[in-house]
Amino acid sequence: MSLSQDDVEKIAHLARLAVAPDEGAALSRDLSNILDLVAQMETVDTGGVEPMAHPLEMHQRLRPDEVTETDQRERYMSNAPQAENGLFLVPRVIE
Amino acid sequence: MHEKTLAELSAGLQAGDFSSVELTRHYLDRIGRLDPQLNSFITVTADQALVQAEAADARIAAGEAGSLTGIPLAHKDIFCTEGIRTSCGSKMLENFVSPYDATVVANLADAGMVMLGKTNMDEFAMGSSNETSYYGPVRNPWNTECVPGGSSGGSAAAVAARLAPVATGTDTGGSIRQPAALTGITGLKPTYGRCSRYGMIAFASSLDQAGPMARTAEDAALLLGGMAGFDGRDSTSAERAVDDYVSGLDAPLQGLRVGLVREFMENDLDGAIAGSAEAVIAELRRQGAEIVEISLPNVHLSVSAYYVVAPAECSSNLSRFDGVRYGHRCENPHDLEDLYKRSRSEGFGVEVKRRIMIGTYALSAGFYDAYYIKAQKVRQLIAADFRAAFEQVDVIASPTAPGTAFRIGQKTDDPVSMYLQDIYTIAVNLAGLPGMSIPAPQVDGMPVGFQLIGNLFDEARLLNVAHRIQSETDWHRQTPEGV
Amino acid sequence: MQWETVIGLEIHTQLATNSKIFSGSPTAFGAEPNTQANLVDLAMPGVLPALNRRAVEFAVRFGRAIEAHVAERSVFERKNYFYPDLPKGYQISQAELPIVGRGHVEIVMDDGEVKTVGVTRAHLEEDAGKSLHEDFHGMTGIDLNRAGTPLLEIVSEPDMRSAKEAVAYARKIHQIVTYIGISDGNMQEGSFRCDANVSVRPKGQEELGTRTELKNINSFRFLERAINYEIERQIDLIEDGGRVVQETRLYDANKDETRSMRSKEEANDYRYFPDPDLLPVVIDQAFMDAVTADMPELPDVRRARFQAQYDLSPVDANILTATRATADYFEAVAEVSGDARIAANWVMGELAAALNKEGRDIEQSPVDAQALAGLLVRIRDNTISGKIAKQVFEAMWSGEGTADEVIEAKGLKQITDTGAIEALVDEVIAANPQQVDNYRNAEPEKRPKMIGFFVGQIMKKSQGKANPQQVNALLREKLGE
Repeated sequence: MSLSQDDVEKIAHLARLAVAPDEGAALSRDLSNILDLVAQMETVDTGGVEPMAHPLEMHQRLRPDEVTETDQRERYMSNAPQAENGLFLVPRVIE
Repeated sequence: MHEKTLAELSAGLQAGDFSSVELTRHYLDRIGRLDPQLNSFITVTADQALVQAEAADARIAAGEAGSLTGIPLAHKDIFCTEGIRTSCGSKMLENFVSPYDATVVANLADAGMVMLGKTNMDEFAMGSSNETSYYGPVRNPWNTECVPGGSSGGSAAAVAARLAPVATGTDTGGSIRQPAALTGITGLKPTYGRCSRYGMIAFASSLDQAGPMARTAEDAALLLGGMAGFDGRDSTSAERAVDDYVSGLDAPLQGLRVGLVREFMENDLDGAIAGSAEAVIAELRRQGAEIVEISLPNVHLSVSAYYVVAPAECSSNLSRFDGVRYGHRCENPHDLEDLYKRSRSEGFGVEVKRRIMIGTYALSAGFYDAYYIKAQKVRQLIAADFRAAFEQVDVIASPTAPGTAFRIGQKTDDPVSMYLQDIYTIAVNLAGLPGMSIPAPQVDGMPVGFQLIGNLFDEARLLNVAHRIQSETDWHRQTPEGV
Repeated sequence: MQWETVIGLEIHTQLATNSKIFSGSPTAFGAEPNTQANLVDLAMPGVLPALNRRAVEFAVRFGRAIEAHVAERSVFERKNYFYPDLPKGYQISQAELPIVGRGHVEIVMDDGEVKTVGVTRAHLEEDAGKSLHEDFHGMTGIDLNRAGTPLLEIVSEPDMRSAKEAVAYARKIHQIVTYIGISDGNMQEGSFRCDANVSVRPKGQEELGTRTELKNINSFRFLERAINYEIERQIDLIEDGGRVVQETRLYDANKDETRSMRSKEEANDYRYFPDPDLLPVVIDQAFMDAVTADMPELPDVRRARFQAQYDLSPVDANILTATRATADYFEAVAEVSGDARIAANWVMGELAAALNKEGRDIEQSPVDAQALAGLLVRIRDNTISGKIAKQVFEAMWSGEGTADEVIEAKGLKQITDTGAIEALVDEVIAANPQQVDNYRNAEPEKRPKMIGFFVGQIMKKSQGKANPQQVNALLREKLGE
C-alpha cells in the first residue's frame, strides 16, 4: 500500500494539519511503510468475527439527571489563547 | 534514604525515623542535583510538595496515616494536576495549567502522597524511547547515551535513578512495561478499567491504562492499591472492589501454571534476551511452578492491529487541540482553517502528526472496513487466543522488550522499527489484560525485563509471582552507577 | 409536465433534562456565555463523558410513542469534523445502531384524509455551542453553554408529498414530544429545529430526483414557505434545462428564498467510529417497563377519550387536544366547573379568541384553568348569565381579580328574586301595549320570536342581570299563556 502525496494532502486537510512542501515525500514514505506493516492483518481470515470495540464486556452506566456543576468560567477560561466578554474568540467564521 | 523501598520508607515514617518533609527535601535535592543529566522531570513542584509533606506529617502525628501517607512520588505529565502545568510532553500544552486533578492524582493525594513533580514522556504518550518529547529526550540512568524507553520514560528513569521512590505511568501498548524493562524497575499495567482514565490525557481510549512504576513488586502493589478504584466519571471504569494486593504477596508458587508463548520464543528472539528470560523461568520452576508451552496463534498480528486502532482513536482524541480554548495557538491566523492547521502543525511533533494521519486515513470513507473494522476483528481473535490460553495456565510469561536500551537517535528515522519495540507488550493492551515487567538478569550491564501477563483483574496474582521471584533473587536490586 | 414532490424531515428536538447528556452542567436557556460550560463541555484534556439516564429514558419514551422498535443495544459513535462550536472536534451521536428504530405516526390533513408517515429512526446526540458573529474586532465569539445539550434527532421516511404534509408531520412530532414531556418544543429557543430534504420528480417516475437539504428552520410557517419556494425553484430549474445539485441550502425568511451554503459545500468525511469512551447502551425489559409505566397519555388516545368521556365531536376533541397544554387546561376547567360542554365552548370560544388576539399560548393565559372554571361555576349556579360572564371574563383577563371578585365589585349578580323580576315584567308590559296586542293576536308559532322584544327590554332595564329563564317564564305567563 502506498500513499501518494496527493493522498497525504487530503488526509492532512481532514486532520487539519499543514504539510510543508519538504515534508510531503518523507511523510508519504513513512505512512506507506506503516500501512505495509498494518497490511499483515490481511493474512488472517476474520469472517464471522465480531469486531471488538472494548476489552471488557460491560454496558454503559447511566448517571442520574442532576446538575452537579457550577459556573467556573473565569477559572476554565484562564487557559484560553484569546477570550473577551466571556467568549472564546476565533477568526471570523463565514456562514 | 533513597535506597529504601516504599514499604521501608512507610515504616520509617510511622516509626518517626524521619519526617515526610525531610524525605521530600531529600528527593527534591536529588532531583536538583541529578536530573539535569537525565531530564526525567518536565516540572518539579517543590513548593506544593513541601505543603503536602507538612500535611502528611500532621496526619502521621495524628495517627491517621495509611501506608502511602507522606511518601513522595512523581506523576507522568499525562495526568492532569490542578494548578500545575500539564504538558503531556507536547509543545501544544506548554502553557496549559490544568484546572482539575485526574482521579488517579486525587486518589493518591487523598492517601497522603506527596507529588514531587511531573515526569517527562513521549509526546502524548506516542513513542517507545522518550525521544518524541518536546522537552528533550530522557536519558537512561544505566547509560546516558541510551534511551530509557517510553512513553513513561521519565517516570522509569526517575525511579531507576532514585529521584522518586515510585511514580505513575500509563500504558497503551507497553508504555509502562517497556521503559520499566529498559531501566531495570518494576512496572504494572493493570486490567483495562481498573484505574480511572478521568484526567489522564487520552491517547487511545480503548487501550490506555494507568499503573504503578516502582522498584519492587511490593511497592507496585502498595501504589496500585492507592490508584485503583471505580470512578463514575469514567464510563469504562470497572465497578468492582479493589483487591488487597499486599496480603497475598508471599503465597508460594507451588503448582502455579506458567505459560510460555511459543510464538514469542521462536520468532527472531535475541539470544541474550532469551537467556535472561530462561533464568527467571528457572527460578519459577525452582519455586515449584509448572512451565507449560502455550500458543497464541494470532499474536503476531498485534502490532498491525494496534497501529490501526491506536492511531484511529488518537486522531479523534487529539482533535480537541485546536487552539481555541487552551493550548498552542499560532500567531495571527488569517482565517479559521489557518488557525487550525498552523496551531496544530506547530503544536504537535512529527510522530504525533504521523499517527494522526494514519488514524485519519484508517477511518476515512472507503477504508474504514478494511482497516478499522478489520483491526477490531483481529483484536477479537487475539483476545480469544488469550482466553483459551488462560484455560490452561494461571499466568503467561515472555520477554518484555526485544532488546536492551538502544542509543538515542538510533531508531528515530525508522518509525516501524521503533514500533516493533512493543512486539511483546501490545497484545496485552489489545486484550485489556494486566501485564507486568520485572527485572531479569542484565545483558552487557544493561537491564532486561521479564513480562508476566495475567487474566482479567488478576493483578494480585501477578504481584504475588513477581514478589516471590524478587524475594529469592536480586535482579531488581541493581543500582545504576552514579546515583 | 406534472411534478411530484418528495419530502423527508430531520427534526432535532432538545430533550428537557436538567443536566447535559454527558456532563452535570445545567441546560437552562439564556445564561451568560460559557457559564454553563464545564470541563467536559469544554473538552478539556483528559475529561470523559458520563451518560444521562433521563436522556435515554426520553428517547425510549419517544420510541414507545411512535410504536417503534427500541434497540436492546445501541452504540454512540463519534462524528469527526472541525468547527469552533464543536469543542472535541467530534460530535457524539449514534449512527449505525440508533436507540430508536422504525416507527410511524398518523397525520390528519385539512380535508380529513389520514396519512401514515414512517419514522426511519431516532437517535441521541449532543448539541454544539453557538458562534456569535457580532463584531469582536472582526472575530467570532464562541459560547459553549449549549454544547452537550441532549438532542433526539428524528428522521422521517421520504413519505411527504407536499409542504402541507410536511408541516402536518412536523406538528405531529411536535405534539408527541411535548405531550410525552420529553421536550418543551420551544421553537424560538431552538428546542425544535427542522431540516427538510426536498426533491421533485415527474409524476409516475419511481426513481427519486436529486434532493437538497434545507437547514435549521425554526417555525412551521417558515417550513411550509421554505419547502414551497424550494419546490418551485427545483421545477423551474429543471424545466429551464438545468439540473438540481445535491447541496445544503439555508432558508432566508426575510427574502423568502433558499440559498446555497457555500461554506459547507466541501465534501465532508465524518469518519464515524464507535466512541471508545462510551459502552453499548443496553435497554432491558425492566427499563422498558419503567418507561412504559411513566408514559403520559398520547395525543391520539387522549382525543379518543375526550370524545367518549366528554361527549365531544371529533372536531372539538381534535382542537382541545392539539397541544398538551390545551388538553390539560380543558380537562381542569371541565373537572372544576363540572360541565364539559360549557368548558369546551369557553376554551374554544372566548379564551381562544382572547389568546389569539394577543398572540399568546395557552400557557401564558392571564386567566388560568382554575379561574375560568370559577367563572363557569357562576354561570351554572345562575349567579350570572352567559352574557354577563363574557363581561366578567374580560375583567378577569385584564387582571381585575377572580370571577367572584369581579361580580361582586361590579354588582353583576343576576336577579333571581321572582318579585323583582315580576315587577320588571309588569313594567315592560304596561309600557308597550301595542306590542302586547300584537303578541296576543299572533299565530302561536310566531310568538316565541316576538317574545324576544320583551326579553330585550327587561334585560336592558336590569342591565343584563335578570335571569333570562325566569324572565321568559314570567313573560309567557303574563302575556296570557
